[in-house]
Amino acid sequence: MEKKVMIQNETGIHARPASMLVEEASNYDSDVELLKDGQAVNAKSIMGIMSLGIKQSTEVTVRAEGADAEEAVDAIVELIQSGFDEE
Amino acid sequence: MEKIPVTNLIDKFGLERLNEEEINNFIEVSDIKRPGLELAGFFDYFTPERVQLLGRTELSFLKELPPELLEERLNKFFSYDIPCIIITRNMEPPQPVLDLSKDSGVPIFSTDYSTTNFMSLLSGYLEAEFAPEVTKHGVLVEVYGVGLFIRGKSGIGKSESALGLVKKGHRLIADDAVVIRRAMRDTLVGRSPEISKHYMELRGLGIINVQTLFGAGAVREEQSIDFIVELEKWDDETEYDRLGLNEEQREILGVTLPLVTIPVRPGRNLAMVLEVAAMNYRLKNMGYNAANEFTTKLKDELNK
Repeated sequence: MEKKVMIQNETGIHARPASMLVEEASNYDSDVELLKDGQAVNAKSIMGIMSLGIKQSTEVTVRAEGADAEEAVDAIVELIQSGFDEE
Repeated sequence: MEKIPVTNLIDKFGLERLNEEEINNFIEVSDIKRPGLELAGFFDYFTPERVQLLGRTELSFLKELPPELLEERLNKFFSYDIPCIIITRNMEPPQPVLDLSKDSGVPIFSTDYSTTNFMSLLSGYLEAEFAPEVTKHGVLVEVYGVGLFIRGKSGIGKSESALGLVKKGHRLIADDAVVIRRAMRDTLVGRSPEISKHYMELRGLGIINVQTLFGAGAVREEQSIDFIVELEKWDDETEYDRLGLNEEQREILGVTLPLVTIPVRPGRNLAMVLEVAAMNYRLKNMGYNAANEFTTKLKDELNK
């Protein structure tokens, strides 16, 4: 299960959005990954996500495997699309 | 990397430019070519996509050629798409080589290295740049010179184990995300993504900098990966390896590595277990296998 999504918020995925993303991903039992340019990191790992250095307008892929994979992907895609509640 | 701009070579090896044409070419293969046979007229297996290296042999040969033949061979040589030409030992190429490289827009450089030396330098550089790479979730530490790639689900205690190891004097290479590249045919080398280098996340404390906390001796830029440690939740139903006679394996980028699965239970001193795992790996590499020796002893005893 995977979906592509474009980063909306101006500042990209800096520390706060990264921690929000990790928090969301950790709500699910599935293994969740975030991919950028073929690099895959664990979406439950704050270091992993921040190490990708994701800027605005970058396309990332959210991929999950497990019982609640679909819910996990949908929730994270929604979070990214909402721009992490930033202006 | 899929292609390297030719301009990267100039800075990397301090090359001198022999023509002033604009350079837009890319190198797409790691092999290097000394086009001796081609200059002698045999173009059947010519590999123009490689960096072309002209040394003393090739240049002396060109100088021996009668002008018409030289022109014919060079015309043919420059009719291919060549990324760049490098002349070794700072030698002067014949004028037609310079003229034709200018006309066909092929960058031409010179270096003071001898051909063999430069070839091995360039080859090492290109091999590293073109090596297949993948980013994996896990922690990479060096313990007694052995590269341990610690894997397992989030929150299982990978970072805590690594911290325990650093506290005991071992080194951290990467926390949480490890960039792994295949250096040789069967060697994997791991490093941290540039942004998160030397940082680590600990639940409850947040992000710490291992180098500032523990000093320069606690970190390393790169490390070859010798084996994989899979941490998993202790499950009373699962049978864990009690003897260490069977070796599990896992493949990354086509390289097969030994895998050790270690069950985690609160209170288990993981750093110590991993330290012993590394020492045991070294012993096995030196030809000593405790499990084998023990079972052989037992067998002998039973046969008495």
